[in-house]
Amino acid sequence: MSDMNTAMVEKYRNDFLKEVVANVEEGHWVKMCMQCGVCSGSCPLGPHWAHPPQEIFMMIRAGKRDEVLSSDSMWMCTSCYNCIVRCPRELPITHIMHGLATYAKRLGLAPRNQPTSQFSEIFWNNMMKRGRVNELKLGLSLYFKDGFGQGVKNALANQKLGMNMMKAKRMSPAEFFGGHGVEDTSGLQKMIKKAEEIELARLNANK
Amino acid sequence: MAKYEYSYYPGCSSQDGASSSNLKRSIDTMCEELDVKLNEIPDWNCCSASIGYGSGGVLPRMALSARNIALSEEHNPGQDIVATCAACWLATKEAAERFKDDENFFQEANTVLAEANLKMTNQTPIRHMCEVLIEDIGYDKLAEGVKKPLEGVKIAGYVGCQTNRPFGIDGESFENPMYLDKMVESLGGDAITTYEKKVQCCGGALAFSEPEKSQEMIKGIIEAAYDNGADMIATPCPLCQANVEIYQDQINERFGTKFEMPVVYYSQLIGVAYGRSAEDAALDGQIIKAKKLEDIVGK
Repeated sequence: MSDMNTAMVEKYRNDFLKEVVANVEEGHWVKMCMQCGVCSGSCPLGPHWAHPPQEIFMMIRAGKRDEVLSSDSMWMCTSCYNCIVRCPRELPITHIMHGLATYAKRLGLAPRNQPTSQFSEIFWNNMMKRGRVNELKLGLSLYFKDGFGQGVKNALANQKLGMNMMKAKRMSPAEFFGGHGVEDTSGLQKMIKKAEEIELARLNANK
Repeated sequence: MAKYEYSYYPGCSSQDGASSSNLKRSIDTMCEELDVKLNEIPDWNCCSASIGYGSGGVLPRMALSARNIALSEEHNPGQDIVATCAACWLATKEAAERFKDDENFFQEANTVLAEANLKMTNQTPIRHMCEVLIEDIGYDKLAEGVKKPLEGVKIAGYVGCQTNRPFGIDGESFENPMYLDKMVESLGGDAITTYEKKVQCCGGALAFSEPEKSQEMIKGIIEAAYDNGADMIATPCPLCQANVEIYQDQINERFGTKFEMPVVYYSQLIGVAYGRSAEDAALDGQIIKAKKLEDIVGK
């Protein structure tokens, strides 16, 4: 449990909805959900969510803080935007799910070893290094995320795929030794650091 | 001077040696044919697609798009930003809309941009290449340039998610957009308008993190193309293209299917119909060869 989490628990006590409204991307929309369930029925991975969006919204209102934030549900979102365009009340559901995932991760409550949570982090770190995604390293980091042995197994299982991609010139071994990136990496990194500071200050003010 | 000119955001996967470098090559050919000049945004960066949220908060994620918008304003003033990747288009357009909706957020983005000596006014329209084709050039004009009609080629138009939702193209419906079919018809091909999986999700980024769940969806997308008698699937989205094409071996192994369905970009169809070579149309970028298109090139 992070200090931030302890502080938030103490501040909001029994009002998880208030906490979500204050701290989660587009969180104020949660109040607007009328529980029709169209989002849950429209989700391509619906059956794999422990709690589909409609249920998450009701759980937030019912104060089920730990159940929501430690759930792997939000991490099932493929960002297909089907729920957004179908919601009769026009809730930005995709964004709320992303926001809940960001918040849960920031508080240290996101489930460990959740593959999409891990991949999301790998993607962000990969992209931040040089300002553009290095696809080769992205794939390798994913294969090797559970250790060297599993990594070799994964790489072997996907060997044919990799060869196919290289033959079609859609994957390049040169990416391993640097590869593409922006020129003003330091400017970009300074920007993102500043953006993170602004967000953290906002969260701290809400503690 | 070219008839049409835009500020171009190609995106990470379009770079040389990356997974949709074949999209970029076929787009270049297509634009040559249609007298479209693309001015790449100098030093553009990744948009973080729809998967950066595990580590990146809202402002850091939107700041990425703000930088691209600012660079475009500075170097390609007055030109609409045009993206060819669904995720690039969506992330940039979404960021621009949020900056418009929320003055504080817009100010914060400019505070962040100042760290890199940049600023944005956020007046630039953010568009998808398909919008350029349909709204600026038009189906009729597209049909005029056809030298080798795609006669007898049955094509399942797979629009996917993010080229379609939440913004949509040309005001078409989210449930049954027809623009890809109309493009195919303009090129003389047989559009399969009954293709029921045209807006089904392929898993997106979760094809990497949740391969089993995603491949089950991809299986449905390919199966429906076979059921409708398709020779190939065509799509505007780089991730849809990759996800639906490259895992067919693994899907065959997992589900005992015998899929070998080519998946191409609309821009490749245009290159072929306009009489260009297999290389110009980037047909050599296929893992599953688009035999029927190669035949037309060879005519």
